[in-house]
Amino acid sequence: MKEIKVIKEKCTGCGACVQACPFGAIEVVEGKARISEDCRLCGACVSSCPYEAIVITGKEEAVDLSEYKGVLVFGEQREGRIEPVVYELIGKGRELADKLGEELSCVVLGYNMKAQAEELLSYGVDKVYLYDHPSLAVFRDDPYTDIIVDLVEKVKPNIFLIGATFIGRSLAPRIASRLKTGLTADCTGLEIDPESRLLLQTRPAFGGNIMATIVCRNRRPQMATVRYKVMKRAEKTSRRGGEVVVMDFNPKKVRDRVKVRKFVKEEVEVSLTEAEVIVSGGKGLGGPEGFKLIKELADLLGGAVGASRAAVDEGWIGYSHQVGLSGKTVRPKLYIACGISGSVQHLAGMGGSDVIVAINKDPSAPIFKVADIGIVGDLYEVLPRLISRIKKYRG
Amino acid sequence: MKGLSDLKKSLNIIVCIKQVPATTEVQIDPKTGTLIREGIEAIVNPFDTYAIEEGVRLKEKYGGKVTAISMGPPQAEEALREAIALGCDDAVLLTDKAFAGADTLATAYTLSLGIRKLGSYDLIICGMKTTDGDTGQVGPGLAEELGIPHVAYVRKIVSLEEKCIVLEKSLENGYEEVEAPLPCLITVTKEINEPRLPSFKRKLLARRAKITLWGAKDLGGDPKRVGLEGSPTTVIKVFHPEPRSGGQVITGDPETQAEILFQKLKELKFL
Ligand SMILES: Cc1cc2nc3c(=O)[nH]c(=O)nc-3n(C[C@H](O)[C@H](O)[C@H](O)COP(=O)(O)OP(=O)(O)OC[C@H]3O[C@@H](n4cnc5c(N)ncnc54)[C@H](O)[C@@H]3O)c2cc1C
Ligand SMILES: Nc1ncnc2c1ncn2[C@@H]1O[C@H](COP(=O)(O)O)[C@@H](O)[C@H]1O
Repeated sequence: MKEIKVIKEKCTGCGACVQACPFGAIEVVEGKARISEDCRLCGACVSSCPYEAIVITGKEEAVDLSEYKGVLVFGEQREGRIEPVVYELIGKGRELADKLGEELSCVVLGYNMKAQAEELLSYGVDKVYLYDHPSLAVFRDDPYTDIIVDLVEKVKPNIFLIGATFIGRSLAPRIASRLKTGLTADCTGLEIDPESRLLLQTRPAFGGNIMATIVCRNRRPQMATVRYKVMKRAEKTSRRGGEVVVMDFNPKKVRDRVKVRKFVKEEVEVSLTEAEVIVSGGKGLGGPEGFKLIKELADLLGGAVGASRAAVDEGWIGYSHQVGLSGKTVRPKLYIACGISGSVQHLAGMGGSDVIVAINKDPSAPIFKVADIGIVGDLYEVLPRLISRIKKYRG
Repeated sequence: MKGLSDLKKSLNIIVCIKQVPATTEVQIDPKTGTLIREGIEAIVNPFDTYAIEEGVRLKEKYGGKVTAISMGPPQAEEALREAIALGCDDAVLLTDKAFAGADTLATAYTLSLGIRKLGSYDLIICGMKTTDGDTGQVGPGLAEELGIPHVAYVRKIVSLEEKCIVLEKSLENGYEEVEAPLPCLITVTKEINEPRLPSFKRKLLARRAKITLWGAKDLGGDPKRVGLEGSPTTVIKVFHPEPRSGGQVITGDPETQAEILFQKLKELKFL
């Protein structure tokens, strides 16, 4: 067992530790630091003390890796709706859990989320830990971190997956730092190594030219974030037997330092990530007018307009349309790339599309290496003809 | 910016910056299987220039001081000189062989030691991510190590008052206006400002500026938590992504090509 102690002779009551303590567990009483039972032995005060007056004694319990079992997924919600990425994490999580012969669970924080939590069970989740309270309706890093860290320490998951949304990317590193475990960002591949049973986390590195496989050997849980549309969505299953575990929650026990004053919704003109059909234009359009043609075809197919970075950098179309490593990841049923060369960075964002069509003048363009249907030709000659053919067919 | 009159103290701002390769087109040496990094110029992480600019703007508005801090090899001193050229007052480089091979957890820990050593501060500003690590994890991780709150993906500082800062924080479908107490850490996006270019005068100043160097001994802390040893994640393999294989290529005149494509789309039930 570890113990924490203030060496009274050395303590000057300066208060550096009070500032440093993440748990508000230290006060200065009569000129000396006093540590309360809220202390979690994180050691933040030890390194903050200018006088080496705080020490942690006793043996550090070696992390017993075998205690950690199961896959946990962060069930992010906004305005009471479970985020789409969660279903994808559940799909992947189920596969990983089955390989390990372990449980798949999900943690949901929010208000009036009982029905949504029940619903998750039908996607193959064994257990949903539900924290339901008005104060949890809107995400805030502080209380969410405190609650999830507490849950992780209780249930000890082997693997913990979080969606790489704005919220997930803010929350995950905070949790990982508190737990002193590894966290791999934006994984595109997650697998179990059959020998070591470690989670193999693969992600693009150095601008996507290179993929790196990363493991977290000696710490648990093995944490990873995954972008929306990278993994396949879980299907509803007939398997039953899962349960929703309603967790106790006391708002007084968590910190809550940042206040959300209001949320302002902004219309996103294209929902690229949701679209089943995407028609994309690149540098080969030669100018902004080219996107009129792209839009016309997209409209006919009921799809959205995408773009390469080169086209966005030229200012022909807004950044929200950019597909690729530094833009959005998309996984439509049909992706039509017009005048796009097919750089690795672009492919990183659309390589998962079901059917890829490419129209490019240059027969050696790399896009043809991934296209299911490749058209070697001038987009300005092919697209207008395709558009009028579709219009004729529709009458 | 509102709240000007409310601010009675001068600000102490810390900006975290990293030196990165100017290009991300790093290749693998086919013979040795290692990364080829030679001959690639090093720059300040482009996202961090927005952090520097925002820090300098706050200082110019309210008075105070901006300190740039970086963990990296000795040559990262160049990046810190550039930060001074861009308006920072002071710069600290955390450099030691023991820090090498740090992942985001060890980096955040090491930076927290350096920042603690600097003393008190009101605001820490990080970029939203680096172009080489590309994780965006160091900022929130650092805030956790320091025990202070953070707000990620800040696109605008709405107002600054004695004890709190009001911010616009980006979300996928809009933004939140949030109020955070000081001291706190923010990570900023590209929308927040338009970074300036360094003036000739500041460039000269930067060339002569003294950069503080701190090693593992200076920082103290737990030696097991820095560098490779303090990094729970290990890269076990790097490889080139496997391309998906191409399919049918349609040549011929545009009329025929359009017709074949039309038939294909119909066949696949997109029409
Ligand atoms: C860190 C990093 C991140 C990046 N992130 C992204 C990203 O997210 N998304 C992205 O797209 N890129 C990204 N890039 C940029 C990427 O490397 C390429 O520069 C970019 O994708 C090229 O865009 P393009 O294919 O439109 O242009 P080009 O490479 O210039 O290709 C234009 C193509 O159009 C063809 N063409 C020309 N005229 C016609 C015509 N009339 N008819 C038919 N074909 C024609 C040409 O043959 C050519 O193949 C990133 C780069 C880096 C370093
Ligand atoms: N070695 C470092 N030294 C100083 N700041 C860093 C370092 N690495 C990352 N940061 C900061 O953390 C941000 C996010 O980095 P990353 O998590 O690597 O994407 C950067 O924009 C910097 O502000």
